[in-house]
Formats: sequence, structure tokens, C-alpha cells
Amino acid sequence: MNTAEAITTEYTLDDTDRAIILATQSGLPLTPRPYHQLADQLNLRVEEVLARFRRMAEAGVIRRIGAVPNHYKLGYRGNGMSVWNVPDARIRHWGQKIGALDEVSHCYHRPRHLPEWPYNLFAMVHGHDRAAVEEQVNRIAELLGDDDLGHEVLFSTRILKKTGLRITG
Amino acid sequence: MLNELDRRIINELQRGFPVSETPYADVAGRLGTTEAALLARLQQMLDDGILTRFGPLYHAEKMGGGLTLAAMAIPAADFESVAESVNGFPEVAHNYARDHRLNMWFVLATESPERIGEVIAEIEQRTGYPVYNMPKQEEFFVGLHFGV
Repeated sequence: MNTAEAITTEYTLDDTDRAIILATQSGLPLTPRPYHQLADQLNLRVEEVLARFRRMAEAGVIRRIGAVPNHYKLGYRGNGMSVWNVPDARIRHWGQKIGALDEVSHCYHRPRHLPEWPYNLFAMVHGHDRAAVEEQVNRIAELLGDDDLGHEVLFSTRILKKTGLRITG
Repeated sequence: MLNELDRRIINELQRGFPVSETPYADVAGRLGTTEAALLARLQQMLDDGILTRFGPLYHAEKMGGGLTLAAMAIPAADFESVAESVNGFPEVAHNYARDHRLNMWFVLATESPERIGEVIAEIEQRTGYPVYNMPKQEEFFVGLHFGV
């Protein structure tokens, strides 16, 4: 649950932060002392590198340091973007409820584009196959009851491009 | 394909990674394995494409940049050429084909929030199709907790 995000303040990056981001945007070095390696590479003291990582993590600039699995290769072949039209007044209530479900990885309020696109709540649903995703979507619909003013599931058919979020030097 | 240790590594690392002098040794200790074995398995899983990335995950908006999700409805005959045009923008981070009238969905990450609108206008101009901009208004949960 991350509803505090909207009210957290923005962190201003300095040149050293940017250098650290550039050096790690493709990943953290796979060596026993990765932060030391970064410090050597960037001509910084390791204490400085560690302190900046901690500060950026605290400020939310770094969401987390972690592994990003390729869900297709892990057997999660069903990955559906479920999109929901729910009453605006109830969107935070439902966003929190749906976002907390185990099978949901991301849940966002996004704008409608009427008349083509009536949906204002997006939830990524993962399962071992499409049937598992559809079953989960049906459970969400039941949960929403009368507040489900319409929904669809968009399955991805192909990855056209996938790179990390990059900043340029 | 994945051995027992790989599964435990993936589950453990989805929870985060220490900022310390010897973080791999710390995690290896929690997993009951050795630093060398952890490093070797991580390298192998990256090489095999089981992991797309290992490292800090940065938050574009908090870095002062812009981030949005955008969608387009492209007729089949034009789909490949439009995909090529869209992917040609360095600001396009991910792009997925989806089975819907809105059949192309991509994430834009830009250095400044203002740049989002410029890139969208450039994409519309280059492809001749409208772009539906769907920036997040609120985020309720972001986490990938795959039990493997």
C-alpha cells in the first residue's frame, strides 16, 4: 500500500546522485563489494556511496534494490491488465482493496477518455494462465458488486520493447 | 529450469537488498548459502533471462522526471511500422501489444514532466495516430510478489 506517495516531497538530485544512477541503471555490480566498486568507479568514498543509497531509498527515489523477474519465464503466462469503471467517489476505497490482493501487482487510478475509454482503475493481474487471470478478475467483479460499472481485461500478446527506465548522461 | 536455491533467491530479493559493505554475503547468510553461490546464480539467471534486471529500481517522478502510460489504436496493416516509430523514441521504456481496439500500450519516462506532452505530440505527428495519455493519478500498490 503506497497511498502516502502523493504527499511526499520531491528529492532534488545532485550531480553525484546522477552519477550513481547512471552507473547503476543497468544493474548493481555482481561482485562481493558492489558499493565499493561503484565508489572506485566514481571516485567517491564508499561511505558517501552508502549514505546516498540510503538517502535515495528513504526519499523514495530508489523504490527498492531488487531482482526483476521475467514473469513469462517463471511460468506466469497469464498477465492481464484489468481495467475498471468505478464511481470516482469510491476509487480510493476500491484501489486499496484491489491493490492488496496477492495476484495484483500494480493498481492505479488513471483518467478516463470518454467515450472510447470509460475505465478509471487499472489493476495488473497475474496467473499461471489466462483462465487463472479471468477467474481472479471475476472475483474482483464480485467484490465490487454494484460499483463495477464495466470492466475488461487486456492481455498482452507481444512485448514490443522492454528497457529499464533510463536517464541519459 | 529453476532450482530450489534460485526460487529462494528470487523470493528473497523481491523483498529488497541491503545497503552494506558486503550485501551479497548478508543475503547469502539469510538464505543459508554462500556469497559465491549467490553471485553465480544471479549471473546465471540474468544470462538466462529469468531475471530482467538486478539492482536499484528508480522512481522516475521522484527524480524530477515524467512518467506516463499511453495507448494507441493502430490498424493491423500499420502496426509494425508504428511500433518501430514508437520504439525509436528513447523515452519509450516498455511497449506491449494488447488484444483490444487500443492495441499498443507503452510507458514513457522523460527527464522532465513537460517532456511527456512533447513526446506525445511528436509520436502523433510521426505516426498520424492519436495517443491516449493515461498518467497515474494515484498509486495504490506496486509490488511484484511472485511466489515461485
